Amino acid sequence: MGPLWVVLAITAVKSLVVIVALLTAFAYMTWLERRLVSRFQVRIGPNRVGPFGLLQPVADGIKLFFKEDFMPSGADRALYFIAPGLAMVTAFTAFAVIPFGPPEVKLWGVPLLQIANPNAGILFILAVSSIGLYGIILGGWSSNSKYPLLGALRSSAQMISYELGVGLTLVSVILLSGTLQLPQIVEQQTLTWFGFLPRWNIFVIPVGPLAFLLFLIGATAETNRAPFDLPESEQELTAGYHTEYGGMKFAAFFVAEYVNLVTASAVAVTLFFGGWDGPFVDQVPLLGVLWFIAKVFAFVFFFIWLRATLPRVRYDQLMDLGWKLLVPLAILNLAITSAIVLIWPSLGGG
Amino acid sequence: MRSVLFWILALAAVGSSLTMITRSKPVHSAIAFLGTLVSLAGLFLLLYAQFVAILQIVIYAGAILVLFLFVIMLLHARSGEGSVEKLRLQRPLAIVLSLALLAGVSFLFLQAGLSEAPTPAAGMGTAEEVGKTLFDHFILPFEVASVLLLAGILGAVVLSKKESWS
Repeated sequence: MGPLWVVLAITAVKSLVVIVALLTAFAYMTWLERRLVSRFQVRIGPNRVGPFGLLQPVADGIKLFFKEDFMPSGADRALYFIAPGLAMVTAFTAFAVIPFGPPEVKLWGVPLLQIANPNAGILFILAVSSIGLYGIILGGWSSNSKYPLLGALRSSAQMISYELGVGLTLVSVILLSGTLQLPQIVEQQTLTWFGFLPRWNIFVIPVGPLAFLLFLIGATAETNRAPFDLPESEQELTAGYHTEYGGMKFAAFFVAEYVNLVTASAVAVTLFFGGWDGPFVDQVPLLGVLWFIAKVFAFVFFFIWLRATLPRVRYDQLMDLGWKLLVPLAILNLAITSAIVLIWPSLGGG
Repeated sequence: MRSVLFWILALAAVGSSLTMITRSKPVHSAIAFLGTLVSLAGLFLLLYAQFVAILQIVIYAGAILVLFLFVIMLLHARSGEGSVEKLRLQRPLAIVLSLALLAGVSFLFLQAGLSEAPTPAAGMGTAEEVGKTLFDHFILPFEVASVLLLAGILGAVVLSKKESWS
């Protein structure tokens, strides 16, 4: 590796590129979601601004930018300002450990297609997203209003409950891989079975599919997406924790939600679907980025589809599902995975 | 570089701790405590203890402090301001206890002597090393702690079930 300033400069450029890419993805995900949900509901959706309505996000951005910057009476000044920033910053930070291409692509010895590769790897995402929760809680509390507070309380209870199931599920994937670091987890999945079937974790029967299902349910709940979008269920809570926010501060919460969705999709792809792995990546490493984006996009589409299809669950159903089904199944899955790894150590990284 | 970062993080930790004990609103105290936890995690990182740093955030900031906030909000939802219930001997007791803590810590420091901290080995704080040490050297305390936590969980279940039994 080059001297410290080179590493720092490359990292800064990488971060900038990723942030811009995520912001663009956010803008067009709002458009895609509105268009797709309209299609699912036999409506047309925004199609007036530009061809196919493609400039709609720009128009929305300009509108939000010129909105009045207000503060509800009795709000807690400092926390009301900090909350959206906290939510947005942590959403971007979590993406830092996701590898979006093969580690061979280097510049002065610094891998270009991942921002950071800490030893704790996947745990970093859990840590950062747990800080992001404060954005929601503080936003709800500092607005000095009933609905946001209820939304914030629901959100934090939901996220704490489902983090347990997701965490336990992650442990079984970590056992299969024998490492916490995401590039190594992907690297192991680039191998093949019988010479043709990719060794993605989803194909490790029976634990892979179960772990994936549990992770998918948990991730949907943790990103507050339908059918688990109780923290912002509009019929009961107006908009949930960001009811009292407007303009760019509301936009910050919105960005955080969509970026979290992208990160959740990226984690699912990385852990279960071989990350950037795909045909011809060993010849053209940069192709990995395209595979990665395609897989993430498939997940984003799936989450939108889910929202258009399923009705919202009730709060007690949500808690029952989390504690009485997800956690026991995750523990069962963990036990089976441990047994398998013990019997066939070649499956685990060890 | 390291000493600059150390001073920044150390000052942040002390500053946010002071903020924590001087705020009148419990929610503000809790957020200041969050600052303390994050600066401590940064200090762990400076000691190459990545895994411990991440656990510090996941467990303390991600679970324990969130539950604190939860309780504060449910109890004082409207203002987040507690009706400050003072114990009668709170102040003198606080002074005595903190002096005792100060004495204990300074005794430890004076005994060890104030010298330059040794640079920790780079691989010391990784998940692998922490795991090995935990399940090798400290297996008994580790298991005892888990039994203690289990007892705590059972206690909570029994307490909350109490009414339906009678």
